[in-house]
Amino acid sequence: MTAAAQAQALAPRGALSPIVEAREVTRTLPGPVPVTLVRDISLAFRPGEFAAISGPSGSGKSSLLYLLGLLDVPSEGEVLLDGAPTSGLSRDALADLRLARLGFVFQFHFLLPEFTALDNVLIPMRRLGRLSERAMRARADEILASLDLAPQAKKRPDQMSGGQRQRVAIARALANDPDILLADEPTGNLDTKNAHIVFEIFRGLAAQRGKTAIVVTHDAELARMATRRVHLVDGRIAEFIEERGPI
Amino acid sequence: MPLSLDIAASHLLSRRRQSVVSILGVALGVGFFIGMASMMQGFQRDFVARVIDTSPHITIKDEFRDPPAQPVHALFAGGAVSLSGLKPKDEPRGIRNARGVMQALAEIPGVHVAPSLTGQAFLRYGAKDVSGTLIGIEPDLERKVSKLEGDLIAGSLDALYTAQNGVILGEGLAQKVGAELGNTLTAVSPEGVILRVKVVGVFRSGITSVDNFQGYTLLKKAQVLQDRSNVVNQIRIRLDDITLSRALARRIEERFGYRSEPWEETNSNVLGIFVIQNGIMYSTVGAILIVACFGIFNVISTVIYEKTRDIAILKSMGFRETDIKRIFVIEGVLVGLVGTVLGWLLGSAIVEFLGSLEFKVEGFIKAQGFVLYRSWTHYGVAGGFAMLSATVAAWLPARKAARVNPVDIVRGAA
Repeated sequence: MTAAAQAQALAPRGALSPIVEAREVTRTLPGPVPVTLVRDISLAFRPGEFAAISGPSGSGKSSLLYLLGLLDVPSEGEVLLDGAPTSGLSRDALADLRLARLGFVFQFHFLLPEFTALDNVLIPMRRLGRLSERAMRARADEILASLDLAPQAKKRPDQMSGGQRQRVAIARALANDPDILLADEPTGNLDTKNAHIVFEIFRGLAAQRGKTAIVVTHDAELARMATRRVHLVDGRIAEFIEERGPI
Repeated sequence: MPLSLDIAASHLLSRRRQSVVSILGVALGVGFFIGMASMMQGFQRDFVARVIDTSPHITIKDEFRDPPAQPVHALFAGGAVSLSGLKPKDEPRGIRNARGVMQALAEIPGVHVAPSLTGQAFLRYGAKDVSGTLIGIEPDLERKVSKLEGDLIAGSLDALYTAQNGVILGEGLAQKVGAELGNTLTAVSPEGVILRVKVVGVFRSGITSVDNFQGYTLLKKAQVLQDRSNVVNQIRIRLDDITLSRALARRIEERFGYRSEPWEETNSNVLGIFVIQNGIMYSTVGAILIVACFGIFNVISTVIYEKTRDIAILKSMGFRETDIKRIFVIEGVLVGLVGTVLGWLLGSAIVEFLGSLEFKVEGFIKAQGFVLYRSWTHYGVAGGFAMLSATVAAWLPARKAARVNPVDIVRGAA
């Protein structure tokens, strides 16, 4: 089976064209003893999908996410965005794609500590410069309100709880209305209640707003909230589960 | 506010103490540069102005730069000729046909000439014997080549004509010999001629070596005193355009053969000291600014180290390498800019403080306090150098920041 056929086979049947796709992707860290993080992975994700990548520590979950998010480049294989290969793109072009099309959330919120929640959300918008000052402000307020963060808008990260910070990080990831949301263990530092809230947010974004949400988690219970689950072991796909039909 | 500037300012404000120290480093460098440049250039320009006012711009002397070539050398040019035991021809000193030379030079537009006979003399007044240089001049012509008349603090130049054996002394020389206007002294030349001279003027040029050792008398009287009738040993030239001094001096020497010194050559020992002074000053102030730059380098490197995660998240967000670099270069520029503005204020205060000090200076020149030269160029040069240094100091770590691989940082944080 070709990589494309394999990726298609691992995509929801009858759905829209894949928005992001990995074809026979391998990532090896060079060095005296090369370390292969992910090996020969082919996957495709379509708009409106909420996918969870799970697996034990060191299975290559985060590495796969960074490759899909164009933060890292594969040693072999190809990552395609909207069917277009990304391997020939410059670092600046990849950065531009990340800015306009992708949104990242990490285990640690990584909010800029000197800025308020509102300012943190505004940063990607200001960098993109697509909207006017007033429109950016209105959009940031709207995103924060949608995540129940309106009262925290003027607070700095150190004045917020862990759950609030992570929701601000999600708000920031949504700032430029990305097509794809990528989250690396976004609930790793949260209690169960906040973890469920965060996963509900991702599920809602995928189901109601058509975003493609790809979340890395080691929590099997949370992973079950996703419509698709990819389980990695030793850098390879060990299990692929599709809970529901295509959107 | 632009996003890069916003982030840069937030970084600096997050490390207030270090930022303030770096800013103060730049401010001190800029401030002291302005203060020192004002003082040094003030002194140097004042000296040069006084030299240009007081001394001739070109002096033709009755000597030759190189000994005359021996005929045998001309005959066997390039040959292995060696002469030994040569003795210089004992010729009477003085410029031959000085009047003719002066006439030829006076025809050049913008050139004023005056003859003089310079010689040593002992001035004796009471129990005091003081050695000095007596210069024989023609006052009418001297007016055109020096500012002697303007430097007189007592008496007049024309009194040299009216008094029987008039002499005008430098202020320092008059003080050393203890004479005042109207006093009659005894002048003794190395030739043994003794002349009673009357002080008809005292001048103050401000140049210590001139005021303490020089005096003027009529050319005729000087020729009598030196026992050198009709001899002129220097022709002094003043130019309307001072910048022509070197070129004209070279042409004069080529034409007449006599050593012809532009004022720069005559004062080359002092001007050479100025070059060394400037070198020391610029090195010292440059060192202060370089230390300040290390401060900037340090603060930005520290910020980069502390903000590595922020850099990673900005890059994962879609910031380009140039965006990251710009943020940190802006930080350096901000430190440089604030430091420069503070340095300008400090420099201005230093200059005003130095200007307010009053004390007697007697070195190359005489003055009451520091002679200062206030120039916007000092502010421009200091600011420009500080900004350039700050930018370079920031650019080096900024380049490193731009190369941060977000995956390494994010993976490490996880």
